[in-house]
Amino acid sequence: MKNICFCFQMHVPYRLKRYRFFEIGHDHYYYDDMATEEHVNWLVQTSYLPLCQTIKDMINLSKGKFHCALSVSGTMIEMFEQFNPEMIDILKELAASKCVEFLATPYSYSLASEYNESEMKKQFKKQEELLESIFGVKAQTVWNTELLYSDETAYNLYKLGYKTILTEGAKHILSWNSPNCVYQSAGAPKMKVLLRNSNLSDELSFHFSDPGWGNFPIDAEKYANQLKSFPEGDEIINIWVGADTFGVRQNAGSGIFEFLKALPYYVLEREMGFMTPAEAAKKLSANNTVSAPYALTWSGEAKDLSVYVGNDLQQEAINKLFAVAERVHLCQDKSLKTNWLRLQDVNYLHYMNHIDQGETPYESAYDAFINYMNVLSDFLQTVEEQYPTTIENEELNELLKTIRNQEEEIQKLQEKLKSNKSEGRKAKS
Amino acid sequence: MKALMFGWEFPPHILGGLGTASYGLTRGMAQQNDMEITFVIPKPWGDEDQSFLRIIGANSIPVVWKENNYDYVKQRLEGRMSPEDYFHFRNGIRYDYRRIGTDDLGCINFSGRYPDNLIEEIGNYEAVASVLAHSLDFDIIHSHDWLTYPAGVFAKHISGKPLVIHVHATDFDRSRGNVNPTVYAIERRGMDEADHIICVSNLTRNTVIEKYGQDPRKVSTVHNAVEPLAHPEEFKKPERKDKLVTFLGRITMQKGPEYFVEAAARVLSKTDGVRFVMAGSGDKMAEMIDLVAKRGIADKFHFPGFMRGKQVQEMLAMSDVYIMPSVSEPFGISPLEAMQVGCPSIISHQSGCAEILQHAIKTDYWDIDAMADAIYAIVKYPAMYKSLHELGQAEVNNIKWSDAGLKVRRIYDGVINHTL
Repeated sequence: MKNICFCFQMHVPYRLKRYRFFEIGHDHYYYDDMATEEHVNWLVQTSYLPLCQTIKDMINLSKGKFHCALSVSGTMIEMFEQFNPEMIDILKELAASKCVEFLATPYSYSLASEYNESEMKKQFKKQEELLESIFGVKAQTVWNTELLYSDETAYNLYKLGYKTILTEGAKHILSWNSPNCVYQSAGAPKMKVLLRNSNLSDELSFHFSDPGWGNFPIDAEKYANQLKSFPEGDEIINIWVGADTFGVRQNAGSGIFEFLKALPYYVLEREMGFMTPAEAAKKLSANNTVSAPYALTWSGEAKDLSVYVGNDLQQEAINKLFAVAERVHLCQDKSLKTNWLRLQDVNYLHYMNHIDQGETPYESAYDAFINYMNVLSDFLQTVEEQYPTTIENEELNELLKTIRNQEEEIQKLQEKLKSNKSEGRKAKS
Repeated sequence: MKALMFGWEFPPHILGGLGTASYGLTRGMAQQNDMEITFVIPKPWGDEDQSFLRIIGANSIPVVWKENNYDYVKQRLEGRMSPEDYFHFRNGIRYDYRRIGTDDLGCINFSGRYPDNLIEEIGNYEAVASVLAHSLDFDIIHSHDWLTYPAGVFAKHISGKPLVIHVHATDFDRSRGNVNPTVYAIERRGMDEADHIICVSNLTRNTVIEKYGQDPRKVSTVHNAVEPLAHPEEFKKPERKDKLVTFLGRITMQKGPEYFVEAAARVLSKTDGVRFVMAGSGDKMAEMIDLVAKRGIADKFHFPGFMRGKQVQEMLAMSDVYIMPSVSEPFGISPLEAMQVGCPSIISHQSGCAEILQHAIKTDYWDIDAMADAIYAIVKYPAMYKSLHELGQAEVNNIKWSDAGLKVRRIYDGVINHTL
């Protein structure tokens, strides 16, 4: 039996404010909250909220047979809590339905898995805790930033306890194999790998309302027929898209929401089913191994990291940022930690691409780089002020440990002193 | 295809960008096999490169009939033109121009510069155009910049051949909006009479459409290009302690020098190890020196004076940043020249060349903060310099005059065949 696995991804970066170099060292607040709020509000109203409503309707109409997964970053949840609590409510409803799986995602949509393993752990852990505390769900499947994947990443994530990971069905790792099966990872043989069917996914993201597209117009029945026509061995067809496909990339007027709503009926009619990634990993067995010695993503022509760290600007930015990872891990300052998380957002790197800048608020890659580097310079300066580079990391760690131990020691002694005093008083009386 | 072009300057003796553009464009067009260009300028110096076109000096064209014998003419022309040509052109005299002061050959003594009696010189150029229109064979007339529009228009009326005018600048650019009515009238008439108008940028095209009331269908943009360097490897960036930020050009209102000074003051308030250079001369120079002193940055801000020829490229190659904060620049070739020698450029959005450059920083001319920020980024963030240096050079090396030449050719064909 064929199964369809839908995943929708939600993430928005904090908008950085225009930060000039003469503010470095004076102004430590980097964000344009108005712009962020405005953008998120717009996105929620035109896309995310109607999409969640539609998913809810699909579950109800199919009597719980429609299953899907959501990747919602920690940053995104923070923003929902702040700007759009109605999103939290509806996500809670979806979580309660048991038909929607919440995926493990780096908290601030960072490339940490490529650059710093311990930061990667922290990011996944933080997001997992957030999902658990708000939605009461335990994330089991990994949607790494931009579907970033390599054998090594798979191994590292397996060590963290994840059993399933999602990535792009890129031609260079699949060669002639079908993306529509469960694979095992060459990096961690017990880790199951699901691969995105890029043709069918892109058909929704990019071609749904394109009259020049060979399949135009796409309707639910046609799409279900297309799914049905895959060969017998294809067990799981993964259609994973950015949630903004619905309402933004393809506007509501294109009928994309109605299309989605109608789909379960036609799929179920053709005796196919819906699965979440976790269900697929549990029920379907992996017959083949997939190997990716180099990083793989769902972006660009090359399906690698080049969109984000391919040019000199991007290289300098990310290297400078991750160079202080160890230092930041040592520190306790709350605002510094918040900035550290936010500045890792992959979108800031995407804006620095010369050819494809994504949804950039900047005029050019250079403009994006200048602003980010000014912010980063101030951030690095604050890190430096807290822990000067003249002290080695290990030494610093030792010193910090001593301080903490001393604190504990002082506390213990104080308690002892207190109890002795009270005993003394008792004895006196 | 035979083109009769009217220009005002031609290298090596040039006063502004017009000469450079005229040379580049004609050279690019000459790569088309069937292209024959006759280029008229008021006063050639004799050392112009004539390998790909024919240069005619308006100061050797008789406009008043004088009886002279062959040997005398030969001796007087001093090789500027053959006596045969002289006599041929003399047969083209149809009108009585005795009111114009001429020499013993019946020729006008043009200054070839931008003298005080410029309007008179433009009128005299018209007289020369009439003689040429009567004696030369050509398919199209092409006039470069307003000084030559009257000549082009007259040649068109005489020959009935189509006229294309090339707008390298308008008076709105030169005067920051404070337009000279006489100049405007000449420009306006040239545009009205032209069969097609070529502008060096969309910025200029918009000015031509909006301020001169031209039909958009008649106005095209052909961006300028840059001549490749013969020996790019000879320009090396010397090792130096301080970073160098350079402004190079006429120090006039149009070029926005005061914004550069203000941006420099912003940068210097925060950083050390950066020096600023304002090379060139102009009516705003004294004012700028004053401003620099007032901002207290004179120890880091230098005025080396006017530079020419190779000095310019050496200065650019030495610099870490080239900046052109022009208030209104129809095209602006100098950032392209800076990028050729690997110098990152900051240009204003109000410059035409911004339309075709990706690997240059663009800011509004009045946005001093953005300009200062860009300077800071280039001197402080190595990737910024490296990207602009490498990608900018590659980008500029791909902007070719031969491509511009092809676009102009398509316009010629369209005008002649009435398909445009």
